[in-house]
Parts: sequence; C-alpha cells; structure tokens
Amino acid sequence: MEIKVGMADLNVCSGTDSITTLGLGSCVGVVLWDPTTKVCGMAHVMLPDSTSIRNNSNVAKFADSGIEELLKRVLAKGARRQNLVAKIAGGAQMFSVNNKSDLIAVGTRNVEASIKKLKELRIPLKAQDTGESYGRTVTFYPETGQYHIKRVGKETKII
Amino acid sequence: MSDITVQNMSKEYFDVLKEIGNIGAGNATTALATMLQTKVDMTVPQVKLLQFSEVGAMLGGEEQVMAGVYLAITGDIEGSIMFLVKEDVALHLIKKLMGDMATDLYGEMEKSALKEISNIITGAYLNALSSMTNLTIVPSIPDLCIDMAGAILSVPAIEFGELGDEMLLIQTQIYDEMSIDGFFIMVPDLDSYQKILSSLGL
Repeated sequence: MEIKVGMADLNVCSGTDSITTLGLGSCVGVVLWDPTTKVCGMAHVMLPDSTSIRNNSNVAKFADSGIEELLKRVLAKGARRQNLVAKIAGGAQMFSVNNKSDLIAVGTRNVEASIKKLKELRIPLKAQDTGESYGRTVTFYPETGQYHIKRVGKETKII
Repeated sequence: MSDITVQNMSKEYFDVLKEIGNIGAGNATTALATMLQTKVDMTVPQVKLLQFSEVGAMLGGEEQVMAGVYLAITGDIEGSIMFLVKEDVALHLIKKLMGDMATDLYGEMEKSALKEISNIITGAYLNALSSMTNLTIVPSIPDLCIDMAGAILSVPAIEFGELGDEMLLIQTQIYDEMSIDGFFIMVPDLDSYQKILSSLGL
C-alpha cells in the first residue's frame, strides 16, 4: 500500500508499504527511518519556524514542530530512537523573482531549518537531494531505505 | 493590527474578488482577442477558498505539468500574483501567437511568448483591482516556471501558509476554439488585505 502525505501533513508506515508526497516545490519532505524495525515516517514541511508565526496550530506545517511530531509518531509506531536516521528532499526555488520579505529563498530556509532540527534531536542525516529549481515527487520504501526522487522529464534518482 | 486571516474574510470581500476577477477576465479577453486576432469568450470566474490538500486535485493532480507565471507586487499593496495554465493550454496559446513554429514549451522564444501572454492577463486583473480600489499596484517582471502543479503552487501556498491552511483561487475559463482554463492566485500580505478592504469601504 502507498500512503500519501499532503502539503503541510505527516504520516508513518512500515514493512512493505511505501509513503509518498507529490510535487514538492519549496517544501521539504523529511523522512525518519529505523532500518531494524522497518518503520518510517514522512513530513511535508512548508515553513521553517513555528515560533515566528501566530497561526501555528498545524504542527506538520513547520520544520521545527513537524519533525518533533514526526519523531513521536514513528516511536509510537515501533521505531527505536537510537536506530533512527533521516533523509530529506525538496527545498527548491521555483521562481527567481522573490517576494520582498524573503531575503533568503524559503526553500533554502526550509532545508536549513530541517537540518538544524535533526541535529538538535541527534538524528543522523544520511542523504539529501535539495535546492535547485525543479519540483520533486518523492517516495520512501522502509523495507529497503530507498528514497526515490522523480522529476519532470528526468530519470528517477535514488538516495 | 486586526485579526484578518484567510478563513474569516467576509462574503463581501469574496464578492469583490469575484467582481475583480470578472472585470479582469473581461479586460484579458479583449486583450487576448486583439493580440491573437480571434474571437474569444469567457465564463464568470469562480472564487474558491481551498484547503492546501484540495488544491492539487482541483488543478488535475499535483503532478500535472503546468506553466506558472509569477510576479511580485509592490506599490500601495505588497504581495504576489500568479497565473497558471495546463501544459497543453500553454502550448495552444503560444501557437496562437507564434504559429506552428512553436513545437514545445521549452524554447526561449516560446517561453518569452508565454510570459508576454501571462503578463497581459495578469496585467488586466491588476488594472481591474487598481481601478476599483484606487491603489497603485506595480508588478515586477514576470518569471516563468514549467513544472508539476504541486511544486509551482508551493510558492503561493507558502505565502498563504503564514496566514492559515487555505488558499484563495480564482478560476476563469476563456474560450476560443478550445477551452482555456486559467487559474489565478493573488496573495496580498496582511496589511495589504486591510488596505484593499478599507479602500473598498468594507
């Protein structure tokens, strides 16, 4: 079964199932995975920091609160804390024109915030495919630990 | 600052947006007809407030390849505006302008043609908004991206994301020989919402 994660959403899966999010742009698809129990989870985060915004009730929307919640969910699903590793993809800059408030592109800030949170939680980042200027459809297979990254008109990349 | 979010926008504001959409689409239709030298018709635009999760499906799936043109807005209000069409519609528009020289969306001439068409369409909307509100609106140079709908939409979604979990989409249909479904997304920042409303007396 393939489990779908929407924008500003997160979910978990295990075994031979897979988990996917379609058309990632400046958002980041963060995966936490325990290779021994084959449990994983994915968060589709849109913004770097939940503390800088007042409407922050949806924890999955932000890199900081989203990864914390994702950690809780994979542990509840049976993952072991000390085995966890992470893979991330996304954070593209789709347009070169910037909204005035963004001195640094939001895609880049999302990637940086995700990496920072993973460090804080001491979860090793095993692989990343981030930045550039194209969209990505990403699928993670907890059985093998492969993170498949598909883009328009190109071969699927596996990290 | 008052507590305006996308969710608690008034019905009047929706109607105003619809009217702006109407006038804008009308202006755009006239401009397109002149530019493409064909007869062009349109339907009444629909204004929709969508959950982020629904937006992809609305446009034919997150992986649907679309052409999106994005402009930043400055002047009395600030924010951004985006015009989106599906791949086949984009090619149809380009062919109308360039003739059968155009074969795909990715050539420099083709991209430039598409930017020009989008510029006219977004310009028509912004003029409608500007003349209704008496606010000065200055669009930036247009920037084009051809990619998955989800990826393109992440840009306005992130801007809306600072306000809530929904985004506002104006859908217009223009017809020549083929139905041209255009999607239009405008994201004024919080202060600008207030300015638009008060300039309309709401």
